Amino acid sequence: MYGNAFISPEEAKRMNEQVEDADKLAAFEDRITRGEKIEPGDWMPAEYRKQLIRMIEQHAHSEIVGALPEGTWITRAPNFRRKLALIAKVQDEIGHGQLLYSAAETLGKTREQMLNDLINGKSKYSNIFNYPAKTWADIAVIGFLVDGAAIVNQVINSKGSYGPYCRALERICYEESFHLKQGHDNVVYLATGTPHQRAMLQDALNRWYRPLLHFFGPSDKTSVHSEKLMKWKVKLASNDDMRNQFLDQYVPKILELGLTFPDPNLHKNDDGVWEFSDPNWDEFYEVIKGNGPCNAERIAVRKYAEEAGRWVRQALLNPSDKYVTPLA
Amino acid sequence: MSNAVKELLYKMADDALIIGHRNSEWTGIGPMLEEDLAFSSMAQDKIGHAIALYTILHEVLGEADPDTLGFKRTEKEFKSCHLVEQPIGEYDFSTIRHFLFDHAELLRYESLTQSSFQPLAQLAKKVKGEIKYHVMHADTFVKQLSNGNEESKARMQQALNNTWHLALGIFEAGEYELELTSNNIFIGEAELKKRWMEKVTPLLESYGLTIPATDESKIAKGGRKGYHTEYLKPLLDEMCEVTRTDIDAEW
Repeated sequence: MYGNAFISPEEAKRMNEQVEDADKLAAFEDRITRGEKIEPGDWMPAEYRKQLIRMIEQHAHSEIVGALPEGTWITRAPNFRRKLALIAKVQDEIGHGQLLYSAAETLGKTREQMLNDLINGKSKYSNIFNYPAKTWADIAVIGFLVDGAAIVNQVINSKGSYGPYCRALERICYEESFHLKQGHDNVVYLATGTPHQRAMLQDALNRWYRPLLHFFGPSDKTSVHSEKLMKWKVKLASNDDMRNQFLDQYVPKILELGLTFPDPNLHKNDDGVWEFSDPNWDEFYEVIKGNGPCNAERIAVRKYAEEAGRWVRQALLNPSDKYVTPLA
Repeated sequence: MSNAVKELLYKMADDALIIGHRNSEWTGIGPMLEEDLAFSSMAQDKIGHAIALYTILHEVLGEADPDTLGFKRTEKEFKSCHLVEQPIGEYDFSTIRHFLFDHAELLRYESLTQSSFQPLAQLAKKVKGEIKYHVMHADTFVKQLSNGNEESKARMQQALNNTWHLALGIFEAGEYELELTSNNIFIGEAELKKRWMEKVTPLLESYGLTIPATDESKIAKGGRKGYHTEYLKPLLDEMCEVTRTDIDAEW
């Protein structure tokens, strides 16, 4: 799963100042307009390459960091059916990470460099994984709503211009649709179960509501637009549009189970747009800066994995092997 | 005869469940993503084997249903061996354990394809095909790491030294060995141990590792009789944490 990539205002400004060969750029942009996919060996503007690496890398990190809060519940899943479903689901997420690191590698950054940048804080992952999964009901809510939000984002991105990323996303979306089913099934079981189960589900919904609103990034009114990224089909929909699509698809499914969201202003306008209370964007920026409830813990776990596993990777390394950038 | 079969099935199922639990703990923290995926796949297979064995216990031998057997028994009722109960430690320990345990599993299931107890013979035919891949994975990594660099060689030898007597505990004899062997249900732990030694000894030696000397008094026994290491109770507490919050609920 994945949240929308975040671009800082400084970066967006600098992006618009980059100079490229006018003829090559025009040919490249024509290809994109015609709906062609850009492939690894093709000419591309330096900024296009950079933004794609950033985006795919963030996506890959989100997959493997996102596996952590759910992973801690594999050993605690309440019966065999749920346990097997959850292991397989989290395994899929790790597999998505692997696939996406390969897609990003086609652009010239190695997996090792990316993992190092994750640990040293240079590259980001979706904010939503900096919140804790406190109870079993969180697993239901993550499986249904966080994966649901991710699918909205990923289906849109799979229509983008970079071939390897699109192909990875198509496969990912296919697998995510099963995650959604297991998440929904889990939500329904808890919602229709004992008072204890129902209460824990409502509590989880209350806690995940705000991170879910943050998931797609700041409002279009305040966030930095990049015409260029839209034109290059790196970004394909605005944050508000994606958020609205998500709310439209999922809020009714929760309400019909007799559950609520902790926001009296959450409703759909006559024009089809969902309204909600200000979800406190200051908190969003604080979490991005590293001050969320679980940022330190997540990075510490990844750091442990990298450090504890280094001897294995080194021992397997053949000194005569040369690094080869994957082709697709 | 049903008590003998139950004894065999319980220890096999409990081993599979507990090692599956341990394997699943590698999800997200392996030395490389490919190993997270491999251990996760093996965890799914192992837990699948446990469920299949509990299902035979339930459907053929009248024991409780698989979820009850997995999630509602006490520590004392588990018959897992001490090897599988150990925490995952570092990758050297987990890989050596995986090698020693899965070679025993493969030989066990291969022999059980000939079992006179048909439900088990049928299951063994399917399961041995899966364990073949677990063994291939273990062989590949133990071989490469034992031949990697100085650190990895030293780590693998040390892990083997630390794990050897735990592994021999797999073959702790049960109460019904004679009944199982004389009725052709199972070849018996002593014969299995012999086959295992014949299999793993030359393999490990070919990787450049030294087989530790066996001290009979150090073999980790007790698991098959319900006496466990200090690691099993916390593992079960964790596994049953959610179930216990609402014992009658459906999850």
